[in-house]
Amino acid sequence: MNASESSPVSAADTPDVVVGYTRVAKGLHWLMAVMIFGLFGLGIYMTDLPLSPEKLQLYSWHKWAGVTFFTLVWLRLIWRASHRPPPLPAQMTAGQQRAAHLGHAALYVFMLAIPLSGWLMSSAKGFQTVWFGIIPLPDLIEKNRGLGDILVLVHKGLAVSLMILVVGHTVMALKHHFKDRDGTLSRMLFGGRPQGAAPASAQTRPSSAFPSE
Amino acid sequence: MKPYFALLSLGLAMLTSTAQAVEYNRLQADQSRIEFVYQQMGVKVDGRFKSFTADLRFDPAKPAAAKASFDVALASIDTGAAESDEEVVGKGWFNTKVFPSARFVATSVKPLGGGRFEVTGTLSIKGQSRPVVVPAQFTAQGKTGLFEGSFVIKRSDFNAGKFAPAVGDEVTITVAIEALKQ
Repeated sequence: MNASESSPVSAADTPDVVVGYTRVAKGLHWLMAVMIFGLFGLGIYMTDLPLSPEKLQLYSWHKWAGVTFFTLVWLRLIWRASHRPPPLPAQMTAGQQRAAHLGHAALYVFMLAIPLSGWLMSSAKGFQTVWFGIIPLPDLIEKNRGLGDILVLVHKGLAVSLMILVVGHTVMALKHHFKDRDGTLSRMLFGGRPQGAAPASAQTRPSSAFPSE
Repeated sequence: MKPYFALLSLGLAMLTSTAQAVEYNRLQADQSRIEFVYQQMGVKVDGRFKSFTADLRFDPAKPAAAKASFDVALASIDTGAAESDEEVVGKGWFNTKVFPSARFVATSVKPLGGGRFEVTGTLSIKGQSRPVVVPAQFTAQGKTGLFEGSFVIKRSDFNAGKFAPAVGDEVTITVAIEALKQ
């Protein structure tokens, strides 16, 4: 295991070519993946509850987690800007690559838009967001019940859209892994490299060798 | 002759009475507000009561003779969320079916100078009566006068402490009452 792990690490040391995502990028990806499902599930669950102290608590937790998520998206974007992600597999056509980039861009847009719409919705409804009950987020818009009701629909619509995107993202990741066997999924996994990764490392190794020479 | 004289004397009487005693006694409901601030999961939320009546008699020169009583229709509450509006009229809260209104009756109005008064009275909600002291500011605005005051109550004092502490026990009530003088 260690022997197979050592080659991509040394390849990653060369400045221009990165074999896998950095540990931070992987960590953020999977943490946020878990949070997306958690926030979505909690959001659906809590809104249907009859009013109770527990419901109010769950709303607060959802808002706190949402603000945390919003912060993480920005951290991730900053990290991404300073740590270039590995290139897409070379055998993908230009069209496929464009579609992949577009899909990833859309994921980021939704990951930013959903917490933002929740923040605005809270302000419009007159329930300010106070992160962990300590840090108040400014109300960017005034209390306005009609606008609040619209923002509820926006928040839900965006969340459902993101879930559809996430399903698409997952399906494509599995397609790369099991059908194309190009190592795309492995680049985002911690630890040992599953078998699907073999062609990818075989493929990236020579290409990584060229610029370093 | 006699009817004219009677009318004239009545007119004079009215003139002198308004000149002598300026009494603010007609609530301007549309310009008046009874609002409150409560805490939900530690976050301040604004609410208000949309419907209330008042019986007022206030002459800034004679605060000792002032009279004030308010009746607030509790079901007219706006907590900021429709779901909460439906909740708080229920039994663990106001129980408006049995106790439809809250009542405040002033027992004394003490001048503190500079248009400030200390209004002491009794607040009754849900069959429970508690003394409250309301520091109030009076401002004459032409034909009307504005009373502004604020005080803090505990929901638990009125057997309406449900959901605490997710919904804070303390509620700050802020009133801005406009009255026409006659």
